[in-house]
Amino acid sequence: MSRYTPPEQNKAGQIFDIVVVVVAIFVALWLPLKMGLAGAAKSIDALDAKTWEALGQNPTMASIWEKLGYTPETAHDIIQNRFHYVIDWPTLIIMAAVLIGYFVFLFRASDREYRDVINEKFDDK
Amino acid sequence: MTITLEPTVHGDRVSLLRVLGPAHVWALGVGIVLVGEFTGWNFAADKGGALAALIVCWVVGLLYTSVAMIDSEVTSTVAAAGGQYAQAKHIVGPLMAFNVALFLVFAYTMLEVSDAILLGDTIVAKAGVEGLTHNSFIAATIVVLAWLNYRGVLMTLNVNFVITAIAYISIVVLFFSVSPWTQGAVLKLNELVTPDNALPYGWIGVIAAFQFGIWYYLGIEGTTQAAEEVRSPARSLPYGTMAGMITLLIAAAMTWYVCASMMPWEYLGITYYPLWDAGKLTGSPLLENLLFIATLLAALASANGCINDAARAWFSLGRDRYLPTWFSAVHPKYRTPYRSILFLLPIALAFAFIADLNQAITFSILSGVLQYTFMSINIVMFRKKWPLGSIRRGYTHPFHPLPAIVLFCLCVVTFFAIFLGFGSQLIAMVAFYFLISLWFHFYRYKFVRRGDQFTMPWPKPQGY
Repeated sequence: MSRYTPPEQNKAGQIFDIVVVVVAIFVALWLPLKMGLAGAAKSIDALDAKTWEALGQNPTMASIWEKLGYTPETAHDIIQNRFHYVIDWPTLIIMAAVLIGYFVFLFRASDREYRDVINEKFDDK
Repeated sequence: MTITLEPTVHGDRVSLLRVLGPAHVWALGVGIVLVGEFTGWNFAADKGGALAALIVCWVVGLLYTSVAMIDSEVTSTVAAAGGQYAQAKHIVGPLMAFNVALFLVFAYTMLEVSDAILLGDTIVAKAGVEGLTHNSFIAATIVVLAWLNYRGVLMTLNVNFVITAIAYISIVVLFFSVSPWTQGAVLKLNELVTPDNALPYGWIGVIAAFQFGIWYYLGIEGTTQAAEEVRSPARSLPYGTMAGMITLLIAAAMTWYVCASMMPWEYLGITYYPLWDAGKLTGSPLLENLLFIATLLAALASANGCINDAARAWFSLGRDRYLPTWFSAVHPKYRTPYRSILFLLPIALAFAFIADLNQAITFSILSGVLQYTFMSINIVMFRKKWPLGSIRRGYTHPFHPLPAIVLFCLCVVTFFAIFLGFGSQLIAMVAFYFLISLWFHFYRYKFVRRGDQFTMPWPKPQGY
């Protein structure tokens, strides 16, 4: 197998590639944060009676909350801010498909590239 | 964590010095990970309750024990700088290596972001000054540490080991100061973790808690980055890594026991500094200040190691032409990958200002879990392409393929855990890796020199 000689990349091409990488990072990672799609999916289950008992705190717990500087009113939003684990099947299926598709592509495409590497490396000998 | 460069200066290749022993490997691993005891792990209590945080502490410990076993075998054989990146290049292929390097860059950069946020918030909370924000502290932390890395990092890493030890000792001091052998005086586990609130979400909460359980140990696999610098990879890497795991398991258990015995799970799940809070709740100013300082030291040590590692991984991509070669420049005087350090600096700053602590941690965890998924498949491919006896292995891990299967299954569970509450973030991140992989495979790969990607003196892999 003949040895592959890659093209030399000029400065403009290098700058363009760097810009592509930066844009990809920010679109994929920063945009979900800006759009509020990232982070914990929690919501507050509000209670009318804001007492330690109503918040499910025994005297030991209540004393620690108070030591930390909280009252039942200020602790309410912390204690009642809960996850609601409802499995959203369409989203789960999309997530699984994206993950599996990603890894399948990764290993198949890597294998094609790896064969180039092995052929060139061992055919040289 | 160190990835020492192989700078090419005027055509001369400078080889790495083999000066490290098992103790150094231990210090490398524990140094970057220990901050996880000071913040992050406790978000597992938020997702599943206090008992769930303990369950995942041990089960995720099993995941990392598998990681350590697998990594020790592959790295003691692929003794090349770059750790998992070098492994992927030799065993799977260039595209996988490109992705693994990105996993490393983002796991470490987002860990650095988390460290900076923790440090800023801790100082602001300690100062107690109205109107004071964490922004200036975050910016100062990231910029100063980047500057230190730009100037050369050997001394800084030596200091890292010392401050990591201080941070670790502070956990031990706290543990023994609260009379762990008696309940009721300081620790009140029975009254805080009751049958009614131990698992507030049931077993699905335990699964959901896997996400932040990863934070107890994330980064221990970075010990392999020093593969070319240890005197005896076959001995130092397995011993150092496993000793690091045992150390972290002990620290994690002590941290959970003290914190769960001193705070209601609802508070434990949202605080940014559980150990410092535990120090405060003892009523001892000495312990409070010790844990305050230890929190800052652990964050600094971790952030510093993260900048070091992320920049080296980015540098490696440039050196192998996976990214523009502009990134592969080594500073002529300081011998550091200065362009990679400078390139990643604004990215870290941007995320530190816009992301919350738990969002930044989730980004880091996601990249870590993607990497562990790769490792579980990688070891199977490694044994298949070069069966036992076909090449000299520094270390052969026992019970193959059981650790790989355990690791893969736990990764699947962790992906599901991230989906529970952070699903959009997961899909966005995987979509990013997918798109950037398409860009690499169909465009960027043409700039890669094929044969140069395989440098180990091994026979041709079976099946090729």
